[in-house]
Amino acid sequence: MASFVKNPTPPRSPPLASVGVLGWLRTNLFNGWWNSLLTVLFLALLAWVVPPMLDWLVFNAVFRADSSDECRAADGACWAFVEVKYRLILFGRYPFDEQWRPLVGMLALIAMALASCDRRNWNRRLLFIWAAGLSVFFILMGGGVFGLTSVRTSLWGGLPLTLMLAFIGIAAAFPISILLALGRRSNLPLIRALCVGYIELIRGVPLISLLFMASFMLPLFMPTGVSIDAVLRAQVAIIIFAAAYLAEVIRGGLQALPKGQYEAADALGLGYWKTQQLIILPQALKIAIPPIVNTFIGLFKDTSLVAIVSLTDLVLATRQALGDPEWRQFFIEAYMFIMFIYWIFCYFMSKYSQYLERVLSTTRRA
Amino acid sequence: MEQPVESDVTVANQRSDEVIVEMRKVNKWFGEFHVLRDVDLTVKRGERYVVCGPSGSGKSTLIRCLNRLEEHQEGGITVNGIELTNDVKNIEMIRREVGMVFQQFNLFPHLTVMENCTLAPLWVRHMPKKEADALAMQYLERVRIPEQAHKYPGQLSGGQQQRVAIARALCMRPQVMLFDEPTSALDPEMIKEVLDVMVELAEEGMTMICVTHEMGFAKSVANAVVFMDQGEVVEMAPPSEFFTNPKSERTKLFLSQVLEH
Repeated sequence: MASFVKNPTPPRSPPLASVGVLGWLRTNLFNGWWNSLLTVLFLALLAWVVPPMLDWLVFNAVFRADSSDECRAADGACWAFVEVKYRLILFGRYPFDEQWRPLVGMLALIAMALASCDRRNWNRRLLFIWAAGLSVFFILMGGGVFGLTSVRTSLWGGLPLTLMLAFIGIAAAFPISILLALGRRSNLPLIRALCVGYIELIRGVPLISLLFMASFMLPLFMPTGVSIDAVLRAQVAIIIFAAAYLAEVIRGGLQALPKGQYEAADALGLGYWKTQQLIILPQALKIAIPPIVNTFIGLFKDTSLVAIVSLTDLVLATRQALGDPEWRQFFIEAYMFIMFIYWIFCYFMSKYSQYLERVLSTTRRA
Repeated sequence: MEQPVESDVTVANQRSDEVIVEMRKVNKWFGEFHVLRDVDLTVKRGERYVVCGPSGSGKSTLIRCLNRLEEHQEGGITVNGIELTNDVKNIEMIRREVGMVFQQFNLFPHLTVMENCTLAPLWVRHMPKKEADALAMQYLERVRIPEQAHKYPGQLSGGQQQRVAIARALCMRPQVMLFDEPTSALDPEMIKEVLDVMVELAEEGMTMICVTHEMGFAKSVANAVVFMDQGEVVEMAPPSEFFTNPKSERTKLFLSQVLEH
């Protein structure tokens, strides 16, 4: 074999056909005759489907109407339904003249949730934010103080109720699920057995059955004269259920950590709780962000099941709005409207989780 | 940089007859497998011991017993005058005095180099943050890596990570340092930078027990080389004697295998 020495080669730019818009089109859409064919077919499909869809959604749609007859006369969607019924859909049977209260309360909940998303608040301040947000919400919703008329929880409804069940559900289930996940990995047999038992029992039954239990069976066991509020019972059922699910997700994150992390923490003399708090959980929770947010999104939508026990959440409020015979036939528009509301919240959670994964990543090269 | 800490360490580690680590007839089993058999070992302040032997001979297990990463079943272990028992408080007390460096570095990937180093001083020694930062910076300079202080471990090379791991352990100002094959996971060109730091540490008088295959390191800094095979300490001798005139057949065989190429 001949030996040789090579002089250093300066770097060159990549070939023109592989960069820019043209390069992108070529590699992604027209990469060979088969992909080109698929691209053309798909464009044809879009051309066939999208215009009629837009016609129905926008161009032929009725946005304002004095009566439902105008909607019936038109070819497009009847968004006038939403315009007529939005207060019932959003706030349920909450007293009409007092509906600024659920509106402001709901905005307080949303502000509280947004503030919780800011990593600078991930300290003791978070407790104050939640205490403030929840106080504003419950004072406004329940009334009875500061000259606000008292409103029974059975009249709470719509989006504020849905948000309350979801946000409090998430916030309460999260710490419980961390304890359950740690407990399931504990060396103490009694604690481990309790956690495994809880998780497997709760995870094995449908949420609906838990809601039924909480609503109809729990009162049977209570001493006479003691009654727990129906909204509270549903809220507790949701927390109990979500915690069991979330515990397994978090355990998945814990399993992913190499043994060396525990050993390094042990060797430094950090005790169990400090090891969990400073070393294990920050890493495990980060690993588990996608499934944790998945569970949160699921929980958010599962709150609609409380309609089963007669709580007027967003879905049941919508069904009540559809109870008006004049507008009954526009159920597609009604459900599309609340789908859109659910989607906004869920999509935000999804985007936020992607943001978190990005900013918490420590493997980027500086 | 201020100097008090450095002089502090040197004084604390000056060679003396004070026994820092003592193992008495230590036995350990993994299930049915007898991994440590009647191990006796006494290390005095300022001494450097190198433990070598074929893989599976129990060398890692031996040093991991010293800070209870592994639990021994029989015999006694005393570290820095503290008898190792099952009591959690007692174990944590010992761990505070024992620094450990692992083969896989085991840095905390979610914390910066600086935070890795200050974590234990802050949370275990309850040192004020400013003091912990200064201490960490001092040791990072000592392992020649201060400019990486605000990077994450994932952004460093293996050799740099291992030097951070050494600094992290030193920040607890341990009475003894344990090294568990610190260079085995490194690319060849990075072994030297880690060994250099370890040699310096030895020269400053740190008490060290190193499990390593780096025979050059053993020759240059060890007071004694411990050869283990099948869970037993087969031979223990100063390096000059160990390498030139091994007594046991097993040692001879091992040395012929490690030194032959």
